[in-house]
Amino acid sequence: MSITTTDTKRRAATGALTVRDLTVSFPTATGSVDVVSHLDLDLEPGSALGIVGESGSGKSLTSLAMMGLLPPKATRTGTVTLGTEDLTSMSEAQLRRIRGDRVAMIFQDPLSSLNPYYTVGAQIEEAYRSHRRGVTRRKAHQVAVEAMERVHIKDAARRADHYPHQFSGGMRQRVMIAMALATEPELLIADEPTTALDVTVQAQILALLQEIRRETGTSLILITHDLAVVSEVTDHIVVMRSGVCVERGPVEAIFSDPQHHYTQRLFDAVPRIDDEIGDLRSLSPTGDHR
Amino acid sequence: MNATPILQAEHLVKEFPVAGSGGLVTRGRTFRAVDGVDLTLAAGETLALVGESGSGKSTTARLVTRLIDVTSGTVRFDGQDITGLRGRDLHEFRSEVQVVFQDPYSSLNPRHTVERIVTAPLLYQGRKPPGGSKRFTQSLMERVGLDPNQWQRHPAQFSGGQAQRIGVARALAVGPRLVVCDEAVSALDVSVQAQIINLLRDLQREEGFSYLFIAHDLAVVRQIATRVAVMCGGRIVEAGDRDDVFDHPQHDYTRTLLAAVPRIRPEWEAARRARAAERHSARREPVDASPARRGA
Repeated sequence: MSITTTDTKRRAATGALTVRDLTVSFPTATGSVDVVSHLDLDLEPGSALGIVGESGSGKSLTSLAMMGLLPPKATRTGTVTLGTEDLTSMSEAQLRRIRGDRVAMIFQDPLSSLNPYYTVGAQIEEAYRSHRRGVTRRKAHQVAVEAMERVHIKDAARRADHYPHQFSGGMRQRVMIAMALATEPELLIADEPTTALDVTVQAQILALLQEIRRETGTSLILITHDLAVVSEVTDHIVVMRSGVCVERGPVEAIFSDPQHHYTQRLFDAVPRIDDEIGDLRSLSPTGDHR
Repeated sequence: MNATPILQAEHLVKEFPVAGSGGLVTRGRTFRAVDGVDLTLAAGETLALVGESGSGKSTTARLVTRLIDVTSGTVRFDGQDITGLRGRDLHEFRSEVQVVFQDPYSSLNPRHTVERIVTAPLLYQGRKPPGGSKRFTQSLMERVGLDPNQWQRHPAQFSGGQAQRIGVARALAVGPRLVVCDEAVSALDVSVQAQIINLLRDLQREEGFSYLFIAHDLAVVRQIATRVAVMCGGRIVEAGDRDDVFDHPQHDYTRTLLAAVPRIRPEWEAARRARAAERHSARREPVDASPARRGA
């Protein structure tokens, strides 16, 4: 992929992601409820941050809030800055230029993110052309094929003309990653990218994400419930519970010496493949009593 | 334990017709989902059937529970061939074998109360709940760790882990000898998952029934299985005692599968567990300072 002058300019503007005092609330019958409250995040360019938590911890809403993708009823306060730009004060049109270009997202279910009526090549081309005005179709097609080659889809030139249903789950996730990479984003947000995949395919996709990070210097935010996955992929982690960050730090420090009671108990509850640990210690965040 | 195995399957084959093939005259093509599977499950043991999606593990579970019919092969339950059972005999078989499914919300009728859900298997058998419907429901709820006062609630009023407990209670209602868990803990959060795994193990200790445990998560299987059978492409490629399969896998596919599982670094784990043990012993009398964390 050739780097144009606008690309070089854009690269120069690459900066850290900073989230300050992010709060997301939803109105309910009994008043407003904070699903994310007073969250701070810092991500250095090129590094990888894991956001872990159980369902309902607010980890996915955090990423949607950062990108201005919350449902209409939700309200958001706080600031999100990427480099020197404040994403929270941007208009929808300005945000749309950032999303999918400087920041790309990958979700759990590739089949619901892809349009079944168009070939995957056409969809990658469309994503690319919407961010690079004046690019010819031929050039966009070339970018799409190259992006598919980069995620190791064999015979990419032919596969670009296939429809989503003609790909397996793992291959579809590769297509989504190819689409995300086409614009050479500086930040990739992956929300449970391997949760729906078989374990051998998961290993391939995780290896691919690592390889991409090494080669392109893209920063990564990985949102997952899987502690083992986050321990393998990221440098720093944030542990969330009920919308609040309970603990944060370098991945080794958190995994070898968790400080917060919740983190300690969460780690105790994780089943290990290497041995059986008697009764699994369980915690009861959902009211399950035991 | 050389008694008759509770469940024994020989050369199980299941073929499904391929949609769009064949016509009025020609027979359509078929897809062999299960291709010559042999299984043996001893009473009181847990056999885990592991494999990736499409490996045929769920189809195998459905065959041995007679939820679908075999194409060929035999399934013996307690020595009796059940592949051809009909009518009353099949009814009786159903009171011996129960299934817990992956998603509690879709496997429990949302319009029914807990009472109606857990007594349904008995009514199907034409039996009356012993001690009356309410008391029977409440005692079952207590056994699976639910609040018995909530016996008239609906599934939606429970959390995912609690709803799965209702699924377990329903399976226990008829006093089965074999419980098939088809990805029964896969959809649950880790903390809730740990609770349900503990519950399943406790119940087995108390009741002595056997589990056929279908799962794709090998770490969960390590916690619950006595024996493990690894499936791939409709066949069992390796079977053996749990620790043998995990620690000394013989088949290439098993090795690939085990290697692909993400792991927390052992040195981080060791450091964390050592600190947890310190905290634990600091809270107790100094007499009990041994790191006796490996229960049962």
